[in-house]
Amino acid sequence: MFGKLTLSAIPFNVPIVMGAVAFMALCAIAVLALITYLGKWKWLWTEWLTSVDHKKIGVMYLILATIMLLRGFADAIMMRSQQALAYGSNLGYLPPEHFDQVFSAHGTIMIFFMAMPFIIGLMNCILPLQIGARDVAFPLLNNLSFWLTAAGAVLVNVSLAIGNFSRTGWLAYPPLSELHYSPGVGVDYYIWALQISGIGTTLSGVNFITTILKMRAPGMKLMRMPVFTWASLCANILIVAAFPVLTVTLGLLTMDRYLGMHFFTNSLGGDPMMYLNLIWIWGHPEVYILMLPLFGVYSEIVPTFSGKPLFGYASMVYATMAIALLSMVVWLHHFFTMGSGASVNAFFGITTMIIAVPTGVKIFNWIFTMYRGRVRFETPMLWTIGFLITFTIGGMSGVLLAEPPADFVLHNSLFLVAHFHNVIIGGVVFGVFAALAYWFPKIFGFRLNERIGRWAFWCWFIGFYVAFMPLYALGLMGATRRMDHYDVAAWHPLFIVAAIGSGIIFCGIILQLVQLVVSIRDRELTRDVTGDVWNGRTLEWSLPSPVPAYNFARIPVVRSLDAFWDMKQRGVDLKSATFVPIHMPRNSGTGIIMAGCAFVVAFAMVWHIWWLAIAGLAGVLVTLIRHAFNDDRDYHLGADEVRRIEGLHGRVQARSM
Amino acid sequence: MSNGPVLVQGGSLALKPGYVDHTADALRGIRQRGDAVDFVVEHHHDAASTIQLGFWIYLMSDCLLFAGLFATYAVVQGHTAGGPAGSQLFDLPSVLIETMFLLFSSFTCGLATLAMNANRARATVGWFAVTFLLGLGFVSMEVREFAHMVAIGAGPARSSFLSGFFTLVATHGLHVTCGLIFMAVMMVAVLRKGLTEQNRARLNCLSLFWHFLDIIWVGVFSLVYLFGVMH
Repeated sequence: MFGKLTLSAIPFNVPIVMGAVAFMALCAIAVLALITYLGKWKWLWTEWLTSVDHKKIGVMYLILATIMLLRGFADAIMMRSQQALAYGSNLGYLPPEHFDQVFSAHGTIMIFFMAMPFIIGLMNCILPLQIGARDVAFPLLNNLSFWLTAAGAVLVNVSLAIGNFSRTGWLAYPPLSELHYSPGVGVDYYIWALQISGIGTTLSGVNFITTILKMRAPGMKLMRMPVFTWASLCANILIVAAFPVLTVTLGLLTMDRYLGMHFFTNSLGGDPMMYLNLIWIWGHPEVYILMLPLFGVYSEIVPTFSGKPLFGYASMVYATMAIALLSMVVWLHHFFTMGSGASVNAFFGITTMIIAVPTGVKIFNWIFTMYRGRVRFETPMLWTIGFLITFTIGGMSGVLLAEPPADFVLHNSLFLVAHFHNVIIGGVVFGVFAALAYWFPKIFGFRLNERIGRWAFWCWFIGFYVAFMPLYALGLMGATRRMDHYDVAAWHPLFIVAAIGSGIIFCGIILQLVQLVVSIRDRELTRDVTGDVWNGRTLEWSLPSPVPAYNFARIPVVRSLDAFWDMKQRGVDLKSATFVPIHMPRNSGTGIIMAGCAFVVAFAMVWHIWWLAIAGLAGVLVTLIRHAFNDDRDYHLGADEVRRIEGLHGRVQARSM
Repeated sequence: MSNGPVLVQGGSLALKPGYVDHTADALRGIRQRGDAVDFVVEHHHDAASTIQLGFWIYLMSDCLLFAGLFATYAVVQGHTAGGPAGSQLFDLPSVLIETMFLLFSSFTCGLATLAMNANRARATVGWFAVTFLLGLGFVSMEVREFAHMVAIGAGPARSSFLSGFFTLVATHGLHVTCGLIFMAVMMVAVLRKGLTEQNRARLNCLSLFWHFLDIIWVGVFSLVYLFGVMH
């Protein structure tokens, strides 16, 4: 009846897991109780969960990402403290099978359910505003994409309470991840969580490319698009090009595990190295899917806070495109040790090093933008400068690793771990925080507390160096990654320093949470009444904050790059006298119901509950067909209502007839 | 057609050729009232062409999914692990009939599109019904082939080559099955509501999808069956 699922799947005998489960359950119950107490269920359903408004979907992505950041960081600090303790006769507090789940979950969560939701959330919140659109091309699909991502995230967390998670690292290399070596449900949880969230991401990619190509305001030619939009376009092209390969790779592993096939097994013709090739054909573009949008963010922040146009706009666009292309031809550098021979390794080593060229172009463009500008050192700019320094160091260690002979020595060592945290924290995470500080007033209508924001920045910045610089040294001293225990006396002090670093980062995270609470408390003091808090250059700053549901009461006609700066120079009046009804999509429960059914399918597949999987699949299909026959999908927001809303923001011209 | 942007240069209106919709009227309206042309009240995006572009991009992602499967098959096709090879398993005449089913279904799908463009709802549904039957014939022949192979001990778990074969061909078959469901839903929709603008946009996507699967099948037929028999 319930497949492999029995009561013994709940790890009652593991206190750390049960503690975490109890904590998560308490938080969930508290939130649900609060919503019930406030009588907000209907409001939550109609205004948020079923919303097709890209800005609200964006906020839901950001909330998901923030929660998963906390979960992923909890895993991180567990690893750091285990490695600080587990030297010599001390075995630490995590048994190996638990430690293996912790590092697998950390990587999986941080990439798929923290970084990805953050960047897609930012695109949702800002991208349509930058191109003068009233929504994305397919609003309901957007809602579905979010819920598929959320369903994947929930599945990963369910694995904590019911059964266990994968112990095979964040990319589940075979043959370890094959049924023979990983007979439990851990890898299945991993496969299905990534599979449904991956489909959601692919659909997001389709949606955003169409939005950018079709929904731009009159006059906004491609070479007048803000750089964040350009970078997002490149990232979304990479999503559409790379995520299907992830789907295939996970699908083939699923076939091996469920139907006894032999793609990646050690027997009957299977080839584990084929998995490595396939997963990295997705995996390397994925790195740039994360990084490019944030290059875009920095390219918005640096000109704004330097009071100058971006230096080398065209070269920035071409560099972004070049990186996107090159990212497709470097995958083999992740496994030079496969032994493909000198010429193949040389090819991939050289393509990898070439990526440093367009990236260098970008770094110099940002520096030249700041040169002779009036640079304002507010938090978005602090994160940006932190990025410039940190990312450059990470990039240099990357070029080191791109040398196949050096890679043979450093492969799988902590030097590698230090390198990719150097670029992902220094590039992606700092970028996300810069973007949040920068666009928070646009999204929520009030500013984040500046003072606490600065403290948080310094904790993260210093904490990062204290936590990861020792890892470079440890890697050079021969320490491999993913160790739950070691016996080398010389390593111990460095692991302790690294643990202290993660503690400093922890302070940064606490400060960020405090910053959020304080900012909400003081929101009346920092309310953004002009819509243009930073003296911005792009169209999103021409709108009131928070932005009304329809975004633009009138669509701006774009005449140059930095469209809003141009409007301000010409003294264009943002107040309007005439209003027309606006065509709006209606909210729909289709997305959340379909994703809910997809979650049921995934959970049932993990536990081999076949009837439930079929029922879930039928649910997906029925919901989709019902939606196909639903004609009540849109409405017009009346001109008077538009006038009323614009009036609230002081955007109505007194009639002078 | 009607989603070309209005280009405003130096304050004057330069309209793209073929640009006719109410954006232009709205612009003129504002100008007559003496405002500068810094805003338009409405910027019309043609829904049908947006859907079509979105669907094309989705098809490209699907194409890459098949590219992954084709590449995998190319790697494992020699890995028979002592089991049967393609030349011992494939029944080329039967596969040719199967192929003809699919190729003719693409032709009738094209006729359905022509009927739709001629505003003939019943003929549209009729040609899609023929397409549906041909597609069903294709899928049932494929299922029969699979059942036969499993029965003689050449199932997907026998060797890496057979894993690759079953996965590639069945993924295509699954797509055709989804296409059939899509087609059935659309026939009901056209019978109930006629050739509305929305139905037309969806039928265009359906026909794109169907022809796309045809092209993929040409790849499967050549790479899997023809090469398989040759080796």
